[in-house]
Amino acid sequence: MNIIEARGLWKEYGCDTVLEDVYLSVAPGDFVTVVGASGCGKSTFLRMLLGEETPTRGQLRLDGAPMPDEPGPDRGVVFQRYSVFPHLTALGNVLLAEELARAPLIARLLGRPRRDALARAREMLERVGLTNAAHKYPSQLSGGMQQRLAIAQALMKNPRVLLLDEPFGALDPGIRKDMHALILELWERLDITIFMVTHDLKEGFDLGTRLLVFDKVRHDPHAPGAYGATITYDIPLEHGARAAERLPASVRSELSSTPDEESA
Amino acid sequence: MKRLINQRPGRVLGSTLALLPFALVLLAYVAASAARLADNPDDKLLPSLMTMADALVRLATEPSRRTGEILLWADTAASLARLLTGVAISMMLALAVGTATGLIPYLRRTLSPFLAALAMIPPLAILPILFIAFGVGELSKVVLIVFGILPFMMRDLQQRVEEIPGEQIVKAQTLGGSTWQILLRVAIPQTLPRLFDATRLSLGAAWLFLIAAEAIAAEQGLGYRIFLVRRYLDMQTILPYVAWITLLAFTLNGLLRRLNYWLFPWYATGRAK
Repeated sequence: MNIIEARGLWKEYGCDTVLEDVYLSVAPGDFVTVVGASGCGKSTFLRMLLGEETPTRGQLRLDGAPMPDEPGPDRGVVFQRYSVFPHLTALGNVLLAEELARAPLIARLLGRPRRDALARAREMLERVGLTNAAHKYPSQLSGGMQQRLAIAQALMKNPRVLLLDEPFGALDPGIRKDMHALILELWERLDITIFMVTHDLKEGFDLGTRLLVFDKVRHDPHAPGAYGATITYDIPLEHGARAAERLPASVRSELSSTPDEESA
Repeated sequence: MKRLINQRPGRVLGSTLALLPFALVLLAYVAASAARLADNPDDKLLPSLMTMADALVRLATEPSRRTGEILLWADTAASLARLLTGVAISMMLALAVGTATGLIPYLRRTLSPFLAALAMIPPLAILPILFIAFGVGELSKVVLIVFGILPFMMRDLQQRVEEIPGEQIVKAQTLGGSTWQILLRVAIPQTLPRLFDATRLSLGAAWLFLIAAEAIAAEQGLGYRIFLVRRYLDMQTILPYVAWITLLAFTLNGLLRRLNYWLFPWYATGRAK
């Protein structure tokens, strides 16, 4: 059974077509990386997986059932920014996942359940290397540590799929390398499915077991919004193999010149 | 010579400069008062500092012959009780309504235009209605303060909630949060420090409405006293009262600012970045 299944997916905003005719199936345990130029609809596709957007046409399925039309605990997410709550300490951020699940009315745990939840939260912080920062607020953490925290927080729910929206885009290259090691380790150890949007082609090749390229097949110079993007390349990867050569040089140069700022 | 915009006063000079306008005003007053008193020792318009100090001591220590209360403290207690009740009610309502309308589109669409229209009504214009509806007792004064500052505070908080990055709201949902839980654990805690800021900004207006209401109908209170003794040109009471009200407002402002630092350590550090 595929975790994610898209069949003939379209997304249109009025006259603007963003995505057209997208077919995709993602198997459990896949680490899918998605690259594409700015405005190619890869973030729109991620938002549809989140449930923030609904497809205009076509089917999107999660575990065989129609994709819920709002975000839920079965899909964890880490954004480039603002993924953690500034008013909670690192521990509080991770603990929140347990509190929301087990205390529907007051969203706080007391006594023994709280001690159990705290133990789980501390374990998760340790897993991402934030034990010493447990009582710091996000504004006191570096960018890399904030993203570690966001990942820990998302993993508390044991989501079916972890969605990453350019999670390391704002980080320094050195830190980014550490984060790559962390996410690969978590992916291997926890046996999760990851769907990651990135604008860094190398990152896409290094991390994924499968790389998707979103691009427009048809262009109308007089009406830029007339045609949408679709998946133009779907490349299975073996970790460690240099597979970038499988992409035509023209695509490679276009992607690696993608500016850092990603709009929509 | 550096540009003026790049020159900064040192610590001592800075404090001196800050005190300078106060000293100048005081000096001008003393000079004007002395000049008038030299012309006419019975002048009431600009009493000397000594006269005012005497009046203040009398007001703060001697029981009134009519009621047996010490006027300054009785007035202060009455005014502060009205002011703080009004402000506290406004804070609670603003937090409840502002965060809810900020987070829930259906509530926002229902209430926003109505609240915007309500905010346009000049509060003092409905003071007579309040007196008729609630009588001339404490209730009408508190309602006037609430009516005067609540719309601004509510809309401010609503905007703050809308400013919470969408990513956070989505994240909360992926953690399994319901609307109620997100209101309770994300929207309200993140807007609480803003509530204290909005309250601070509203304090001036709250004092205005308090004194206006007291001037028109009250039996005690700081504003009542000022307007009462105005009939006798009793400047030696009015000026110390005004200074005292200013000091109270200043203290409340500082207190709220401090409270924000103590209660929400993440707020200050987050904003400094």
